Amino acid sequence: MLKFVVPLIAFGLLVGVFIKGLDPERDLKKLPSPFLGKEAPHFDLPRLKVPNERISNQAYDGEVAIVNFWATWCVGCRQEHGFLMELSRTSDVPIYGIDWRDQREPALQWLSQLGDPYVASGFDADSVTGINWGVYGAPETFLIGKDGRVLLKHLGPLSRDAWENDFLPAIVAAEGNQP
Amino acid sequence: MSRLFLGVIFLLVGWSVWAIDTGRAFEDDEMQARYVEIISEVRCVQCQNQTIKDSNVQIASDLRREIRRLLSEGKTNAQVFEFLVQRYGDFVLYRPPMSGFSLLLWIAPGLFLLIGGIVAARVISKRMTMPLDVDDDEIDQVTS
Amino acid sequence: MIPEVGHFALILALALSICQCALPLLGAHRNDQAMMGVARPAAVGQFVFIAISFGCLTWSFLQSDFSVLYVASHSQLSLPTAYKISAVWGAHEGSLLLWVLLLAGWTVLVCRYSSELPEKFSARVIAVMGGLSFGFLLFTLLTSNPFERLLPAAADGADLNPLLQDPGLAIHPPILYIGYVGFSVAFAFAIAAMISGDLDQKWARWTRPWTTSAWLFLTVGIALGSWWAYYELGWGGWWFWDPVENASFMPWLIGTALIHSLAVTEKRGLFKSWTLLLAISAFSLSLLGTFLVRSGILISVHSFAVDPERGLFILAFLGIVIGGALVLYAWRAPSMDSEAGFRPVSRETFLVLNNVLLVIATALILGGTLAPLFVELLDGSKISVGPPYFEIAFAIPMVPLVLLMAIGMHTAWRNQAPKALVNKLRLPAMVAVVVGILIPLIFYGGTSVMLAVGAIAAIWVMLASVIDPIRSWKRGAGSVALTRGAIGMSVAHFGVGFFVLGVTVVSAFTVEADRSLRIGDRENVAGYEFELRGLKNTTGPNYQALEGEVDIYKDGDFIGQVRPQKRTYLVQKSPMTEAGIDAGWNRDLFVALGDPLGNDAWSVRLQYKPLIRFIWLGAFIMALGGLIAASDRRYRLTATQKESVRIQQGEPA
Repeated sequence: MLKFVVPLIAFGLLVGVFIKGLDPERDLKKLPSPFLGKEAPHFDLPRLKVPNERISNQAYDGEVAIVNFWATWCVGCRQEHGFLMELSRTSDVPIYGIDWRDQREPALQWLSQLGDPYVASGFDADSVTGINWGVYGAPETFLIGKDGRVLLKHLGPLSRDAWENDFLPAIVAAEGNQP
Repeated sequence: MSRLFLGVIFLLVGWSVWAIDTGRAFEDDEMQARYVEIISEVRCVQCQNQTIKDSNVQIASDLRREIRRLLSEGKTNAQVFEFLVQRYGDFVLYRPPMSGFSLLLWIAPGLFLLIGGIVAARVISKRMTMPLDVDDDEIDQVTS
Repeated sequence: MIPEVGHFALILALALSICQCALPLLGAHRNDQAMMGVARPAAVGQFVFIAISFGCLTWSFLQSDFSVLYVASHSQLSLPTAYKISAVWGAHEGSLLLWVLLLAGWTVLVCRYSSELPEKFSARVIAVMGGLSFGFLLFTLLTSNPFERLLPAAADGADLNPLLQDPGLAIHPPILYIGYVGFSVAFAFAIAAMISGDLDQKWARWTRPWTTSAWLFLTVGIALGSWWAYYELGWGGWWFWDPVENASFMPWLIGTALIHSLAVTEKRGLFKSWTLLLAISAFSLSLLGTFLVRSGILISVHSFAVDPERGLFILAFLGIVIGGALVLYAWRAPSMDSEAGFRPVSRETFLVLNNVLLVIATALILGGTLAPLFVELLDGSKISVGPPYFEIAFAIPMVPLVLLMAIGMHTAWRNQAPKALVNKLRLPAMVAVVVGILIPLIFYGGTSVMLAVGAIAAIWVMLASVIDPIRSWKRGAGSVALTRGAIGMSVAHFGVGFFVLGVTVVSAFTVEADRSLRIGDRENVAGYEFELRGLKNTTGPNYQALEGEVDIYKDGDFIGQVRPQKRTYLVQKSPMTEAGIDAGWNRDLFVALGDPLGNDAWSVRLQYKPLIRFIWLGAFIMALGGLIAASDRRYRLTATQKESVRIQQGEPA
């Protein structure tokens, strides 16, 4: 007799799953980074502003840092740029940029017109570094800990909300309460 | 409404232009076959639901380029997939991993066949001893 | 004015649906003729009002009334008239209105063709369908009103998605929905039976033609979608196991199981509760499909507007309808036992296996489709489940099914002498093995295990399907003729074999090549030569295109010219590619234009696809078989006529 209730129960469970699946917080397009909690990928790129010099992840070895993938063709990057400028002034955490799939001239113009929030920017024309970091849509922002591990990945323009709710707590924890 | 537009735009961007490499990627037949096989299983992570073989968005062609590079460096198919999964997670492969929850997916066909077989056997053995000439309402016996 | 009329008509329809649902149900419970008598008029009235509403929306499109938001979002002044009409169902709100219209249409058909049904039963059936109408109409009016105004009106619309501006895509939704929605009839029959507690062989006989009819439309609808994807999307594939494709395929699989289970219930009175569960499940899967497509819960190229609020409404509706049906099931099913038996070698056994295998296939597809959702909810990680999984998982139950099908259709009810079966099928089996291995070898130059299995199974089924029709035809007039049911069965099964042959050959022998061509260049692919003769600019009603002229030769002989295009639609400005296809019954030659490569060279994708048309032809043959079977005389006979026919025709096969 019990077997006739099974379909009902199974259906009930399915509905439960669907209710959770409809949660508006869910973002189908956001891919969690497989590097979370693991050592951040390395990179070694020519510098955007000074082409015969190079910049690599060694630049921020031992400190908490932000790595931001940006491009001049990216609308979201323009949106977050103002906030990045503010961060570069107010926060101690250095911001390194990686100019992704872009062209040098427009990129240099962009920085001189809108300001340069980056300690330095690497120039990743063919996205080899982008792929190594699992980047698939600019802007993407990574928070790297002192030990070189990826603490956070943020997809899309970096908003004040995300900064205050996600990044700051992680930074505080990483730096052991030294702001 | 804007979401509708967004959905439509994604649909268009994703589907309307697709990937056509400029000729064969490899002269060697076997490598070419492996290449095509691999790119048929890799997901274009930016698209709505397409392989990198069939999409022409930037990331798809970048990934195809990387795969060509890896193959010409002598990597095996498994190593190529490993490279991609390391960077993009399991999501990037259309073949679900044989570990964790998705292992259930791979066990399911065999398991279901087993269960189905048992169920069928039980039904058949229960009925084989029951009378053959019983039907519900004879009146309505017309054709098969 | 007209949009408001349309809107108002929907509200009237909603009111009628309440009457249609509540009164007959109450009336059946109390044996009140007057209340039960409300059912048919209410249903007809509802249909009329929904048709008026649909007409108003269509009129708004034809008049390019851009003060209606839906029209402004999906149409444009220069859109060809045919597509202005198909744009009505081109997006969420309008397609919902189509759904509701078709539901009302099926209900009217049930009203018309239910004279032999007991009054209480038909009252309940129509009431249930009224309840379903109520839910959908409420959903439409509350969350998806197609008549919402855009004020001030737009000067010109945003154009219909260029992908949808195509004849194949224009008729795919209506045909598909006729099938999807049609399973609601079997569902309603099931509910009515559970409410009264009476389920017998008569019930199965009543339900069969409705189920088969819905099934055949679903078959055609899915085939149209697949064919469209092939020639329009241009990558040469015909099925991608996309969640929305799966959402339409699962009701089809369960519908097929239901058709076969109904046969057993009608013939022997067996498996009543199981048939009931299948009848509930088929429509439930239709509803589930609606939910998956319109809620945004899964990533798909096919999804309509992504809106969790709508998703919740549909989910609530789903919960009530399916949950209610399953509660009824848990209550009534235990008492539906039967004492009939059958021996191990019998048609009943094969139908049990049929059902088991189809349910396994459905469960695997459902699992694969929902797995990414489950995994994400479990630990936040994301996986993808695509063709590499589905193709293997689906083949596992399907190969045995196809092989068993050929035997099952020749097996007698109750008890079949194995020897007679072997004698009948021995020759076809041997022929199938030989042909299945040799033909691919001779015609396509290769063979493999999978290919051999597929080809043998396909030919085996096709041969087995024609044995009885051929014997019957040879015996000539005067002997017992095959019923339409039997003919339909043979045709449908033949269609399956045809389909499997197409799938097997095209999967094994497709040749695909990306090439770079300059004007005057020729490339050789699979024995055919493709020459780019020229490129020119053309314009269509609402697009500009670059058109290539590609000549195809085989062994030096000119075969035909195809004209692949790259189109840019004027309003949405997105590029779209139209493949150039040289179609043949035994192969397609497929040319798609890529991008300019510089130096006047263009990248092109050239494909050779052998027997690909067999795939859709096979599906259409299956549907034809369904049509023949559904028109069998016994579904249309009255009680007295049945008696004499029974005497005439004797024991069925």
